[in-house]
This record gives sequence, structure tokens and C-alpha cells, in this order.
Amino acid sequence: MTNLKNSLAELTITEAARMLRTKECTVRELWDACAAAASAQNEKLNAYLELFVADDAAIDAAQARIGSGDAPLLCGIPLAIKDNILIEGHIASAASKMLENYKATYDATVITKLRAAGALFLGRTNMDEFAMGSSTEHSAFGRVKNPYDHARVPGGSSGGSAAAVAAHMAIASLGTDTGGSIRQPAAHTGLVGLKPTYGAVSRSGAIALGSSLDQIGPFGKSVADTKALFDTIKGADTLDATTTPPDTYIVRDAKKSLRIGIPMRLLEEGIDADVRAAFDATIEKLKSEGHTVVDISLPTSKYALPVYYVIMPAEASTNLSRYDGIRYGLAERSATLLDDYIDSRTKGFGAETQRRILLGTFVLSSGYIDAYYRKADAARGVLTAEYDTAFESCDVIAFPTTPSPAFKAGEKSDPVSMYLEDVFTVTANLTGMPALSVPMGTVVREESTLPIGIHFTAPKGNEEILFKIGASVTGEQL
Amino acid sequence: MTAHATPDDVKKLAALARLSVSEKDLPKLAAEFDSILAYIGQLDELALPKAEGPRVTDVVNSFRADGAPHEKGEFTKKIVDAFPQKEGNALSVKQIIVND
Repeated sequence: MTNLKNSLAELTITEAARMLRTKECTVRELWDACAAAASAQNEKLNAYLELFVADDAAIDAAQARIGSGDAPLLCGIPLAIKDNILIEGHIASAASKMLENYKATYDATVITKLRAAGALFLGRTNMDEFAMGSSTEHSAFGRVKNPYDHARVPGGSSGGSAAAVAAHMAIASLGTDTGGSIRQPAAHTGLVGLKPTYGAVSRSGAIALGSSLDQIGPFGKSVADTKALFDTIKGADTLDATTTPPDTYIVRDAKKSLRIGIPMRLLEEGIDADVRAAFDATIEKLKSEGHTVVDISLPTSKYALPVYYVIMPAEASTNLSRYDGIRYGLAERSATLLDDYIDSRTKGFGAETQRRILLGTFVLSSGYIDAYYRKADAARGVLTAEYDTAFESCDVIAFPTTPSPAFKAGEKSDPVSMYLEDVFTVTANLTGMPALSVPMGTVVREESTLPIGIHFTAPKGNEEILFKIGASVTGEQL
Repeated sequence: MTAHATPDDVKKLAALARLSVSEKDLPKLAAEFDSILAYIGQLDELALPKAEGPRVTDVVNSFRADGAPHEKGEFTKKIVDAFPQKEGNALSVKQIIVND
């Protein structure tokens, strides 16, 4: 097959893997195309915090393995990795001044698995500091621009990983998702993004934000690419006790005709009219392909975001207490040991990070823990039970990934309006269920054509159902 | 019940969180805090079924076998290299107990 694309960097994983095998390109040519595109565009987009020099040994090894005829799909594929996932010997800063000089002492398990598959790493991508944000404006090293409109944000917190793939500065990438940090930027940049089931992918070597919510997951240009990455990184891991063995959940048959649950009442307001129209049109298309639609009720969903903004800061303030300026990272020195802690943390953490640490400290303080944290935790249980009940009458739950397309940088300056970006996505983190965002067309804002996404949630352990319905939307044959 | 945050509350929280907030930033942070608390205060109106003991989840304990997970000293050099101040392989910190 002739390659009709302008650059090898524009290929999907499956296309590149095929061309590597038919000798239409080499691993070196594929790497060079991605690395050249990345360095040409990074000054403008700020998607990468660092571009790595080519690992010649890894490139040669990948080429030899493909030549031997027995290479995994990801062999020789250049990927971008979010800056909160550890790659041994490289800086992992979580886009924070606190870890600006921190060099990873080991590989995250996902990196070990990708290395074993022969994948290559182009660099580490920009993000909201410690993954706290929905626009990648909270990076300590400058905001990331949306490749579709540079005045707009790419979403966040994995905005660098999204922009890098959308602008063809990488074939695919990894991000992390605590409240929507993969799915919302995927929707804002026209990509497929997966938040796996809690426990499906090891978090050993991921810099923690909210430990009951965080998952590592893939960004791809297609559902097939997203699935290929997920299949490589998933699995139980002795280094992460929260990972689950494969037989933990009941796996449903990913049959040809799926029952799509839509919480109609939730979608009655707050969604841009053209986003709603695109959603309805996508559902009609799915119906014409043999899927059916049922109306479901998720009454506690309207409280999901307040619940999230209690639980996440509580866990974040706890997790971030480890950054004390003593063993690694930013180390300010002053009169007393207490001053050393305070000065390191005050200088090291940015404004949003400090805000969430303070909020977490507040909701966990003895006078308020019942009113906030314990109430939120109980509500989380009710929400999960509602989803479980809904899944008795449907196989996937669908809604738009975000109520609106990508917004302009600086537009959401008050914290609550920024938090509302995640209004649809947080539920999958609170319930632990897997969720996928798939492109569902574009809308126009001020002469910019902007991508939007449709969001599917499935019962735990049922990523295959998500890939099935996602492929129906994109028209892929998996 | 919607909590209301004063600049003094924020100052106390900052001390607990080992952060220092400048006097001039306190009122702004307190105001932002109020708007966030008003938002999460929606939880007040949510009636929940009476809890019977702690919430039961599908979480199970996960154990690993006893034994050394890795070679002794395998990571020592890399970890020591990150220390801001050290003596040999020991991390140096400020003296906190003084014998007068």
C-alpha cells in the first residue's frame, strides 16, 4: 500500500507497524520523522518538556526484531510519555519546580512493559503540575497550545501527551487520568483516550495524585492504537498492590449489538447545542448499525463533581506531603528544619497545587471530616451502586466527553469554572470503571474548527466493550 | 451547613500543610476557598441511606510473599545521588535536639 500521508509521523501504530514489516520504512526513518516533527513544532506548542536523544541501541534492536519476523505490534514505534511517569535516568518533574531536578531511579512498570515490546520514547510531555488541572495552564514550565487553535487549551492534565499526538509529534502517547485527564484532552484534540479500570494498569512509577482515582492510560489516533497500547501495559503487578488479576471482574461478551444507556435527564441542560446535536447524530449512527438505546437514571451523578473535589484534594494533600525538601527535589535551606520544609514546599508548589493541598487539609481536619470527606466517600458508594444497577439494563453508558469544545487560555480563571470541565468524566474515576473518549466530529467557534468527543463507560474489566463501541463510532474494524 | 473560610483559617491550614501564604494573598485565597466550599457544599442537600458501619467495597487485601524484593544496595547509589546534603551514604539533616 502506498503511503499517502505527508510524513511517517502522521501514521497510526497499525499503519506504521505494517510499513515496518513490508520494509516501506525503517525504524530509524520512523524515529527521525517523529523527532524532526517534534523539534520543529515544540517551540510553538510546548507539548514536550524534553526531547530525548535517539537511543541507537534500542532503534537497532527494534529493527533487528522486526527483521526476525517475530516482533510485537509496538516494536519500533516512537511514543510520548507524560512527565509524571518514571523513565530511569531521565528527569520526571510532574511539571513542577519541586521535582525540576529529580531523576527517576527506576522505570515505571508501564515503561518496562513498553521497552519489552520494543517501543521507543521520544520525550516527556508537559502537563498540569502534579496532574492538577484541566487545561495544562498550571504547568510550572508554560502552557501547552491546542494544535487546532493556538489560542486555546488542549485540555488537561495530560495536555502535552494529547497535543504531541494530535500534531503528529509522536505516533501515540501515555497519560494519566484522575478525573478526566486523558479523556478530556483526547476530546479537545480529536484523539481516542482510555481511562482503564482501576487496577487494570500498574501505577508503580507513576507520580501519585489521588491514589483511589489515578490510572495510567493511552492516547491514540485510532481505537485500534489505543487498544494496542492498553493490551501492552495492562496486567497485575507485584510492585502495585492495587492491581487486580484478570479474573477479578465478570467479563461480558462484546457482542455485535450493544445496549447503550443514556442518562437523558442529565443531558437536558448545560451542554452546547451543537455538541448535543453531534452526540444525538452519533447515537443515531450507532442505532443504524444495530445497537440499541435505553434511558437510564443516575440521580446521584449531579453530585459527582462535588464528591470528587472533596476526595481528590484529600488524597492529593496526603500524597504531596512526601515532598519535604529533605531527600530529593527542591531543597531550600533556612534557620530550622521546619523552615526547610515550609520554604521548599512554598517555593516548589505552584498556586493550584497549594490551593488543593489547603483544600485537602481542610476537608480532612477534625471539625469537617464528617461533613465533607466521610459524606463524599458515602456518596461515592451510592453513585457506584447506581452505575451497577444501570449496567443491568445496558452494556455501555454514553454522554458527551465535555459539554463544550476546547476553551481559550485564561478563560477559566476562577477555580470552580475550571473544575466544571470534568463534570462528565469524574464519575468513571469515582466508580473505578473504564471509560473511553472517541472523536465525534467537530464544531466551529470563532472560525476555529474544534474536535469534540463522545464518552463511553463500561462495567469494570470490560475495556473490550469500549473498544467495540468506539470502533463502531470511528468505523474501524478491530 | 456551608463552611465559611476567613483569612485566619487559611493561615492555620497553611501552617498545618507546611506552606507559607503571604499576608497579601490570604484574602484572595479565602475568597476562592469560599467559592469552592459553596460548590462542594451541594453535598449537604444529598440525603444518603443511613450507613451501617463502614462502606463495603469490592477491594481485597493484596499480599506479596516475604523475602527480599530486590538485591541489597541495588538502588542505593541512585537514591543517595539525589540527596541534597549527605555524608557518605547518609542523608544529612539539621540537628533538632540540642544539649545545652
